[in-house]
Amino acid sequence: MKMAHTEAQSLRQYIGPAERFFFDRNASACVADLAGGTVLGGRLQELADKSVLVATGDQLTTALALVELDGIARRLTILPPDADPDHFAAIIAGADIDAAVVDRSSTARAAFDLPVCVTCATQIVAAGRLPVVSRATEWVMLTSGTTGVPKMVVHRLAGLTAAFRGRAVDAAVTWGTFYDIRRYGGLQIFLRAVLGGVSLILSSAGEPMADHLARLGRHGATHLLGTPTHWRRALMSPAIRKISPRYVRLSGEIADQAILDNLHNAFPQAVVSHAYASTEAGVAFEVRDGRAGFPAEFVGRTRDGVEMKVLDGSLRIRSPRAASRYIGADAVLADRDGFVDTGDVVELHGNRYSFAGRRGGIINIGGLKVHPEEVEAVINRHPQVRMSLVRPKASPITGSIVIADVVLKSAAEGAACELGRVKGDILKLCREALPRHKVPAAISFVPTLDVAATGKLARRYG
Amino acid sequence: MSVKLTIMHQMEQIAREHGKILTPLRDDLVLLDSGLDSLGFAVLVARLEDKLGIDPFTASEDALFPVTFGDFVKVYENGAH
Repeated sequence: MKMAHTEAQSLRQYIGPAERFFFDRNASACVADLAGGTVLGGRLQELADKSVLVATGDQLTTALALVELDGIARRLTILPPDADPDHFAAIIAGADIDAAVVDRSSTARAAFDLPVCVTCATQIVAAGRLPVVSRATEWVMLTSGTTGVPKMVVHRLAGLTAAFRGRAVDAAVTWGTFYDIRRYGGLQIFLRAVLGGVSLILSSAGEPMADHLARLGRHGATHLLGTPTHWRRALMSPAIRKISPRYVRLSGEIADQAILDNLHNAFPQAVVSHAYASTEAGVAFEVRDGRAGFPAEFVGRTRDGVEMKVLDGSLRIRSPRAASRYIGADAVLADRDGFVDTGDVVELHGNRYSFAGRRGGIINIGGLKVHPEEVEAVINRHPQVRMSLVRPKASPITGSIVIADVVLKSAAEGAACELGRVKGDILKLCREALPRHKVPAAISFVPTLDVAATGKLARRYG
Repeated sequence: MSVKLTIMHQMEQIAREHGKILTPLRDDLVLLDSGLDSLGFAVLVARLEDKLGIDPFTASEDALFPVTFGDFVKVYENGAH
């Protein structure tokens, strides 16, 4: 294993002497201070070789803790902001977690009950002797694409940074992100900023868009990441004029032509690029020609070590940027040949592939995934419902939104006021049982639903 | 009910359902300051399609979402006529 250790780089090695900062709404931190300092109250040594849950409430503390802990902890599991407390126990058991890093705003700290719990600050203070970097830390990201406990996806820093490591560094870059760094797409930008030795402007929960844009403008953000949903929202703000990025990146959802065109019109001087990535497959490619979809020539040959193929309609990726495995799940991450099935259905039109939705009908609402079956199960609890089909509907705001077609048991229930009452009851059931984004925006009563030859509900993509 | 009143009614209802507090809806109100978030607006557009029979944003290739409440109402009034 000696080889692996000598090859491993840790984030600490990129701290550098340069004057650069991590900013959020309330605070900033000079990254160089971490070279001889700590945000972990000098307790880093206690976290050495531990499997650490990074469960801080804000992204600034997450960013600082990750720089300090990489190369020290055995494993870093990053808790996303919307993690369900009901899943904490399974995550802790699954990832063998024996320590947590929290901050004062962590709401669920009491739920962890771990042998070591360290409070992270945004203030870097001088530290005593720092532990020697000794290992290649495992990074664990949680997916949002499953019902129940999220899957835990294991990465190494080498894979997470493979898309940009070794590139020429442009010190004039300042990164900003609307996208949370505790998700794969946001984490990419955090790592780019760290390795590039440049500043990073983070988002803060609850911050009005106008304030966030003003902050990005004030700190001179040149490179900006958001999901299409983030960007649609930014374009609704008069404060959009306060930013003038050179590079606009979209990831986390499929970018449609309208958002690409609108961004091009808003920032004619900028490169507008959409990246395709998944937590499991890593960053696969980036499209910089301003058009939705991707060129057919991306498929079938190796570009930057990434190979793509289309099998049974969905995009498959074999890549050094991919995760190595799932923790604790029976599911296999890649097939025998090492290809990860992204589940994204693509269609070839001329010399361009377009995205046609998710296999299995998974709906992506502003970056949050919804399994139709989970919503249908709730709707079907209503005593007057015979069956239901939950499907996506295109939304100009969030890409997609959930809607439901419902078949009632009795045609005698057809009076308009009665239907209105049943609809209200179904929505109430959904609101009580499901997070907001999973509640259907509209319910239609239909006489029948198509059933496929397999006996299952016929689901269409998109 | 007029287009404007329909929109106001739906925004109030969605704010209630989503546990948000709606700012008084004046024509010059910036939509982002109204109290609804992205999901709220996505639901609003879907509900308005149900009520008014049009989705002026998805129908057009690159219709930009309006900035103020007054402009938002106008998009629907123009679409409805």
